[in-house]
Amino acid sequence: MTYVIIIIGAIFVNNIVLNTFLGICPFLGVSKKIDTAVGMGGAVVFVLTLAVLVTWLIQHYILTPFGIEFLQTITFILVIASLVQMVEIILKKVSPSLFQALGIFLPLITTNCAVLGVAILTIQKDFGLMEGVVYAIANAIGFSLALVLFSGIREHLDLMDVPKGMRGIPIALVSAGILALAFMGFANLV
Amino acid sequence: MNQLANFTKGFIKENPVFVLLLGMCPTLGVTTSAINGLGMGLATTFVLVMSNLVVSLVKNFIPDKVRIPSFIVIIASFVTIVELVMQAYLPALFEQLGLFIPLIVVNCIVLGRAEAFASKNTLLSSIIDGLGMGLGFAFALMLLGGVREILGSGAIFGLKFLQGDGMLVFVLAPGAFIALGYLIALINRLKKTA
Repeated sequence: MTYVIIIIGAIFVNNIVLNTFLGICPFLGVSKKIDTAVGMGGAVVFVLTLAVLVTWLIQHYILTPFGIEFLQTITFILVIASLVQMVEIILKKVSPSLFQALGIFLPLITTNCAVLGVAILTIQKDFGLMEGVVYAIANAIGFSLALVLFSGIREHLDLMDVPKGMRGIPIALVSAGILALAFMGFANLV
Repeated sequence: MNQLANFTKGFIKENPVFVLLLGMCPTLGVTTSAINGLGMGLATTFVLVMSNLVVSLVKNFIPDKVRIPSFIVIIASFVTIVELVMQAYLPALFEQLGLFIPLIVVNCIVLGRAEAFASKNTLLSSIIDGLGMGLGFAFALMLLGGVREILGSGAIFGLKFLQGDGMLVFVLAPGAFIALGYLIALINRLKKTA
């Protein structure tokens, strides 16, 4: 039951993009087409889950036992950066087709604050390993959902007659606001 | 380059938020009030100036291949310092900004300036660039925070001038997107006439 609450909470109620404001850069940057949005979403699901798994183990078996929690920020960002690099190398060797699909999105993920943010949130919320991984997957799905919905909206916006001053980023941001407004309807669901 | 122009470019012409569209997560996340925006902006300014300073000092000793990881370690060290100092001396603000303090590490502005400016320029220009960009960021955050606070709670810097609640939606998540969208449109318009 707790898992269900974690999943619904992370995807709909506290959506990572539209409510917590993490991962806004890729949300605005790669949302011009639905295809690329789906690719980016897939890459984030993959990396975020791995990152939370590894950072959780590091926090509970290295940082806490030795009393060096203040090194959390430095450790986590380095782990995430090397993890992304490693995933890239392994994927290239093991599954070239998947690498083709996710390839260009992987390097971008290091600077996706959603990854570091969720890793830190998992520690702050005192989740166990299983809960942490479920939380990570749910957040990544929430990110992908928001990204794909938003790219669908933006594809339609391209065909609209938008006032000149509002074209591009301004109208995209206002639409994102309306999307966030819609997601507020999920508040108090769990 | 003229140092004055180097300093002032961060405010309007190359404003990190309104023009370069960098560092959007803290921009949207912490600007529920002008004071929060200012606090976040100043914390980022400190990290930006210090990391630009150190990167500019060590730029000749770092091999090209490992420069990005090295920059990230330098930035992360200063973020940790800010985190510990804020926790000790400004616990209330630290509580408000929460998760976004450690996330200064992944703020694209900081790494962007280290890579694009400090690793190629002299010490003095790097410090001035960091200061200008940081204050420009703080200015943008304060402006957005101010607009949201005025519309959302009828107050500015915590001083209430309206009775009642105001348009609550501007303090909540959707208002952040909408307010920033209109602000960027306005800045674009101002840039054109200027």
